[in-house]
Amino acid sequence: MGETYTEEDLAKNLEQQEYKYGFTSDFESDKAPVGLNEDIIRFISAKKEEPEWLLEKRLQAFHAWEKMQEPDWAHVNYDKPDFQAISYYSAPKQTKKYESWDDVDPEMKETMKKLGISLEEQQRLTGTAVDFVVDSVSVATSFKKKLNELGIIFCSFSEAVQEHPELVKKYMGTVVPHTDNFYAALNSAVFTDGSFCYIPKGVRCPMELSTYFRINEGGTGQFERTLVVADKGSYVSYLEGCTAPMRDENQLHAAVVELISLDDAEIKYSTVQNWYPGNKEGVGGVFNFVTKRGLCERNAKISWTQVETGSAVTWKYPSCVLKGDNSVGEFYSVAVTNNFQQADTGSKMIHLGKNTSSTIISKGISAGQSQNAYRGLVQIHAGAENARNRSECDSLLLSDRSGAHTFPYIECKNNSARIEHEATTSKIGEDQIFYCQQRGIDPEKAIGLIVNGYCKEVLNHMPMEFAVEAQKLLEISLENSVG
Amino acid sequence: MLSIKNLHASVEEGQEILKGLNLEVKAGEVHAIMGPNGSGKSTLASVLAGKDGYEVTEGSVDFDGTDLLDLKAEDRAKEGMFLAFQYPVEIPGVSNINFLRTAINEIREYRKEDKISAKDFLAKVKDASNLVELDNKLASRAVNVGFSGGEKKRNEIFQMAMLEPKLAILDETDSGLDIDALRIVSEGVNKLKSEKNAIILITHYQRLLDYIKPDFVHVLSEGQIIKTGTKELALELEDKGYDWINEETAQ
Amino acid sequence: MELVVDNKVLEFVADFKKPEEGSEVRKQAMAALNGMDFPTTRIEEWKYTRVAKYVKRKYKQVQATANVENYKIADLNAHQLVFVNGYYDESLSTILEDDAVEIQNIDTLDEAYYSDLVDGTEENVFSLINKAYQTGGVSIQIKKNKKANHPIHLLHIVNGEEVIANARHFVHAENGSKAEIVATFHSENSENSFSNIVFEGHVETNASLTINKMQTEAKNMLHISNELFVQDESSNFLINTITTGSLLTRNGLNVIVEGENCHTEMNGAYLGTEKQHLDNHTLIDQLYSNCTSSESYQGVMDGKSVGVFNGKVIVRQDAQKIEAYQSNRNILLSKKASVNSKPELEIYADDVRCSHGSTIGELDPEAIYYLRSRGISEESAKQLLVAGFIGGVLDKVENEALRANIDDLFLKDFGWKF
Repeated sequence: MGETYTEEDLAKNLEQQEYKYGFTSDFESDKAPVGLNEDIIRFISAKKEEPEWLLEKRLQAFHAWEKMQEPDWAHVNYDKPDFQAISYYSAPKQTKKYESWDDVDPEMKETMKKLGISLEEQQRLTGTAVDFVVDSVSVATSFKKKLNELGIIFCSFSEAVQEHPELVKKYMGTVVPHTDNFYAALNSAVFTDGSFCYIPKGVRCPMELSTYFRINEGGTGQFERTLVVADKGSYVSYLEGCTAPMRDENQLHAAVVELISLDDAEIKYSTVQNWYPGNKEGVGGVFNFVTKRGLCERNAKISWTQVETGSAVTWKYPSCVLKGDNSVGEFYSVAVTNNFQQADTGSKMIHLGKNTSSTIISKGISAGQSQNAYRGLVQIHAGAENARNRSECDSLLLSDRSGAHTFPYIECKNNSARIEHEATTSKIGEDQIFYCQQRGIDPEKAIGLIVNGYCKEVLNHMPMEFAVEAQKLLEISLENSVG
Repeated sequence: MLSIKNLHASVEEGQEILKGLNLEVKAGEVHAIMGPNGSGKSTLASVLAGKDGYEVTEGSVDFDGTDLLDLKAEDRAKEGMFLAFQYPVEIPGVSNINFLRTAINEIREYRKEDKISAKDFLAKVKDASNLVELDNKLASRAVNVGFSGGEKKRNEIFQMAMLEPKLAILDETDSGLDIDALRIVSEGVNKLKSEKNAIILITHYQRLLDYIKPDFVHVLSEGQIIKTGTKELALELEDKGYDWINEETAQ
Repeated sequence: MELVVDNKVLEFVADFKKPEEGSEVRKQAMAALNGMDFPTTRIEEWKYTRVAKYVKRKYKQVQATANVENYKIADLNAHQLVFVNGYYDESLSTILEDDAVEIQNIDTLDEAYYSDLVDGTEENVFSLINKAYQTGGVSIQIKKNKKANHPIHLLHIVNGEEVIANARHFVHAENGSKAEIVATFHSENSENSFSNIVFEGHVETNASLTINKMQTEAKNMLHISNELFVQDESSNFLINTITTGSLLTRNGLNVIVEGENCHTEMNGAYLGTEKQHLDNHTLIDQLYSNCTSSESYQGVMDGKSVGVFNGKVIVRQDAQKIEAYQSNRNILLSKKASVNSKPELEIYADDVRCSHGSTIGELDPEAIYYLRSRGISEESAKQLLVAGFIGGVLDKVENEALRANIDDLFLKDFGWKF
């Protein structure tokens, strides 16, 4: 890709002020009682009119979860959520599917407008199809017809369960099994909705597919599930963004994203994450415990790009299993933490096939009293002849109360591999800030500029509109971080 | 325009570098400040631009009616002071264009002017880069990253052309430039010179003054201006070195 | 009534000779061992190193003699202190005239001073076993503002089957002093034995201490060393660790920098063959500002050997202007060899310049080809390249006599010339 945003956009974006997404919309929810047990899972499954096999999967996951311990190896510190104090299902009250955009609840439209992602605009200006999720239930899907013509399936997860059960059954849980980890197991038991995407053989998806998530209902958890299958020789670029309104109590977000890139296929998955990070005193904010993993078959490619500015606590390692020969995995990440945010994020590249290659570019920025850790794994298995990995992990410190940590794990069992890992940690350059000041730019703005420059390599991997949004978020999240 | 009176400044570690410096610069003038290493030339530039790490212990600096020393570094720039750095700083990932556009709009905002339009901005970029024969590509490259020494210096003058300062201080802008680059940079500066602005050249060598004709040449030694003359003084310095002035003033 | 011992650690030490007079350090170590277990790979610090099968053995503490001539370093001209199976052997040792150095039995170490120094540092089950049951070792004092006239050579030999050698040493480099210590570890007729070493020290203000460590024990042994050094302000500490021995080696090296303006340097070369498992585990804890540290570990793994590097640098909140550099490079010479590398940075201060790099790969085929095209055989070409790779670390050993000895070793064991 590599398009750059226009200068006009930048100027506009620099004007951004406070966390503008701090509002709560008021539509009624269809909400499950708090707590988690078999009955709740049966309730969710029934509510969604699911087939028996899916209920079985959910129950299996639930029983596995019951035996698991919440992990504590990450470099984060927080009060563990009470999993029995969460309501595991909350759907907007409307049950009717919308035939047209006009049918959508005006208040919900307003919500979307505030988020700056009005569907009309998206449709008209960007040619982007949007699958909009509010509290886990998909409420509007556009461009469906056009995609239909190409045989592309892009719909809510629940819809996929109803309409394409054979695909869901075949691929769900194959990359992230329900026993994978504590949060993945929880998600597999209680997920309410999410997105599903299937690109048929040889089809190049003509537009970027995007989903916006936001957590809305107080005290609810968000457990979406995304499954993207790119069949042989196909291509898709998928965008995922999320915003959450201000909430005082911590909210849990435990999503699972599975990508499957079959022979010669390519999936590009971009994320902008700005869940509510808590206030300046570190009160509130989202717990973001996400399992994202992709599987590459022969000659396939998966590219993860993420800009993470939100959440009180982040625990997230988008990964690639490079199973097929010649497959390629990429991870480009910017993670910003400010105030009392904590992030433990990075990537795993598992090399199984021959001639597989992977790239990890990670840029961490720590401000305020936040803690920002990169944790990554590069694993070369014995059969991965001629595997290649290059990792670059840079950390930028903006305050003397923040922390930047680097924990790479490099495991190599094949001598023909070549692995290069480099990491640096440094302070933002005082000479750079002075240079900007001398040209009339105040230190806060100078930091914004320098940080955006520092992240350029990652931002360049994002689709253009997304890069603009990401940049905007970087600016907002680093406000008042001079110190 | 600029009136420096009895300026004393120390580095944070306590050592006094400027020891009672006086200088008057009027609009339309070009001043050259020369002096041996360690005489305080670059300190003067840094103190005027408001760099951290220096403490003004005595004296005053008036800049067009404003107490310069009271202003933050960026506000000095907004008031129209420009420093061409001896060692221009690299800012990876930030394009020259983006950088300058931000700067120009900040300055305009300060002056309660409207933001520059994309069209005007681009036209200006074109003119300014022609002025110093800066490759158009460099304008869109990251600030000073991967620039050669000469390109960095040209980039400083390019920025000067973009920002149109009242007072430009060129700190050793000629150092490290080959003869062709020196000519280009100097011609650029000459074109920017007007009745309304002023230029202070800080330099080691007389050769820059062949291209940019100074109205005054000052000799800085041990934190003070010990002799002021015309262009001929620079030639004399080139010939005889600095020692004779020291001896002369000692007598 | 006798309790059935259900604790692996207590069972492990059950037959060790109880020390006669109770020192506080021994007592505390013994108490700490209660309720402890041997580490498994579930413990992050031991993720890549499995000790289970080694600690199941019933090691015994036995005194023995050895032929020290084979292990002397020619021209080193050092104080030579010989430990066989962890017991000090006075007859084999030579202490030279030296007004800067005082060498005494480890049991004479001032425990109050010692406890104060190591207060708050972490122990593990092996260091505690050593401290509770050590059978010998020295306390070395380098006197204030003096330079040791001779290097101090701590020469360790293990001799016998399923023997445990628990040697424990302490070096106190007083203000402004300077010294070099050479610690070598060898074995003779050893079968499945265990070197369990503790080596600690205090490098005071303006002092400078260099340690060169070389371990060539038999490839059926277990070698675990726990090293802890505390640096006061403006001190210099350099340690070079060269490992070719033992079936499983775990070098645990911790340096705590407790003053400004210190320099810490750690270098390591590890060469594994057969089924060796060589683990270098390091920590540099920077608590004060304006310090520098440099760490460079290079490994060459052949056969089915496994190399492990886990280096951590912590920069505490008030430690500004720290420059820390960490590098781990590895070459895999065979299909079955593997490496796990985990260089870590934990930074809580902002004005720092820290970096690390880690590489794993095979010898550059282009380079081999180039050498062959100049008439050098493939085998020689590989040796040359490996020697070039590891030579950078060996060059950090400035002591010429020791360096010559290391070169001999490499030539004898691997056929490598430097």
